[in-house]
Amino acid sequence: MLLLLPVLIPLAAALLAALLPARGRQALGVAAALAQTLAAGFLLSAMPAGGRLFLVLGNWPLPYGIELAADTLSAALILISALLGLAVMLYSMGRDDPESTAATPLMLGLLASVAAVFLAADLFNLYVWFELMLITTLGLLVGGGDPRVAPRRNEAAFKYLALNLLGTLLVLVAVALIYAVSGQLNFTALQVTGQWPQVAAGLRPYLGLLLLALLLKAGALPLFAWLPASYPVLPPPVLALIGGLLTKVAAYVLLRLAGQVFAVPDLWLEALGWLALLTMLAGVLGAAYHWDVRRILALHIVSQVGYLLLGIALASPAAAAGTAFFAVHNILVKANLFLIAGLMFASTGHYDLRRIGGLYATRPLLAVLFLVSAFSLVGVPPSTGFWGKFMLLREAFEQERYVWGGGALAVGLLTLYSMSKIWLEGFWKTHPEPNASAGVIPVPAYAAVLLLTGLILVMGLYPEPFIHLTQVATSGFWNQGGGT
Amino acid sequence: MLLMLILSLSVLAAASVLLILSRDTLRLVVGLAMLGGAANLMVFLAGRPGSTLPPIIAAGAETLSPAAANPLPQALVLTAIVIGFALLCFALVLIANLARHDVRQDGDALRASEPDATDPIKPPVMEP
Repeated sequence: MLLLLPVLIPLAAALLAALLPARGRQALGVAAALAQTLAAGFLLSAMPAGGRLFLVLGNWPLPYGIELAADTLSAALILISALLGLAVMLYSMGRDDPESTAATPLMLGLLASVAAVFLAADLFNLYVWFELMLITTLGLLVGGGDPRVAPRRNEAAFKYLALNLLGTLLVLVAVALIYAVSGQLNFTALQVTGQWPQVAAGLRPYLGLLLLALLLKAGALPLFAWLPASYPVLPPPVLALIGGLLTKVAAYVLLRLAGQVFAVPDLWLEALGWLALLTMLAGVLGAAYHWDVRRILALHIVSQVGYLLLGIALASPAAAAGTAFFAVHNILVKANLFLIAGLMFASTGHYDLRRIGGLYATRPLLAVLFLVSAFSLVGVPPSTGFWGKFMLLREAFEQERYVWGGGALAVGLLTLYSMSKIWLEGFWKTHPEPNASAGVIPVPAYAAVLLLTGLILVMGLYPEPFIHLTQVATSGFWNQGGGT
Repeated sequence: MLLMLILSLSVLAAASVLLILSRDTLRLVVGLAMLGGAANLMVFLAGRPGSTLPPIIAAGAETLSPAAANPLPQALVLTAIVIGFALLCFALVLIANLARHDVRQDGDALRASEPDATDPIKPPVMEP
């Protein structure tokens, strides 16, 4: 039951919120996110060290019943996504436009489906929750139907739909073919069956299809075009939720499948490493071109996905721990930066760096909050980004992958360029219009950003328990005798 | 029966690829729907199709007859059909809305969320 709560709470709240009038929705959203956070916290504390909790639904014995399972990694990621949901719901509290209230049930649905993906221990179940994630995201992209932005929002939703629907269909085809070859859908059963030589060889092409579809969902080069095309049209809280979570969820599934369930050939991992490097570079170079804060941050998502893929390509428990730590860091920091971008917009009335400025003088607190997150994203010690990159790079250099490691370091420098651009143009230079009046920032929005910044600071200044937790969580990865 | 399923699956998949590669938004959506149909057939084919014997354990027997149909792919395909139908409806309404703003239905003409560059060096400004 404990296992189901992080899914059931937001799902029930989403249905309830759709029936409530506008004012009640946001309060319910905050309450539901808080309850989900508590449930996820209980789940993480109830987790036996190195073990897993599971629940078989439908009264069928394994491997036929639908299994939900959580280990430390999934419980930690559910907790982080619930915390992010809480921050985002708090942030929306201060906005009373029809758009934000219409978004609340869909955001809760998204939180439920993300938690369910982390819990899925069955390929088909995984596909179903991916579809729910897709449907809620599409609803959020289309938004409340404000006629001024409707063409832009519809277009973004269409571009997102075209590539992501293709991705989920490929997942479905791959799941069907894997079932045809192995006769199994359950992760544990596949782990066993996949080791039989006659099944392993037949499984390989379909496993490739599945991983390819997940790479599309994660936003890897050259399949990330849907991401910068759709994300920048979203309002800040929704953008923080979607931009913070979705690509990371796909990267988690890749890590789970490649690191624990299937034996992935070495050659594929080698290719994935180079792809990770190119993804990092493409994202960061694309961000360097742009002047719209949302576009800069959206392309940095692509770049950060590269680091996660690098951690998967290195294929060792230490690299998996680095990937997990980096994913947690990135969910928090990236979402916080999107929320801060929303506050910058609220203060100045524009997202484009050429039209804004002077925020350091008018909003010193916002400047400090931005600096904390920006330094974390770049990886300045001692910040969360530094520890995450340190864990990944140490493993890269230990495996003598000097080009991969060196490339990741260079990408860090280019990230610094983008962040200094936002700092210099948005905060440091004077506002291009001398008489521009500063807008009002609602208190709950500040509270949300402070909550996330606090988490980032704690994780950066006192990383020991978090690093230990990720090492415990991933100790069972990459030991399925695969990689040959 | 099996041959017919395989043939229709191949035709559906090939036609869907052709349609998905089109720039016309309606064709793209129809192509995705057909690919969804092909994927559903694939799920159905994955679990030894052909048997029409219902998977019910006969009275007195302990196990299912080996000739019985496999119920799992049928359960899976039902789920996939429902989800695919919901997404198809959404996509159709979406492109109808898009066509209201631009009757050309040309995928390349969709530039509202990513404005065309006006300056050779710097990106365009998108008004909030």
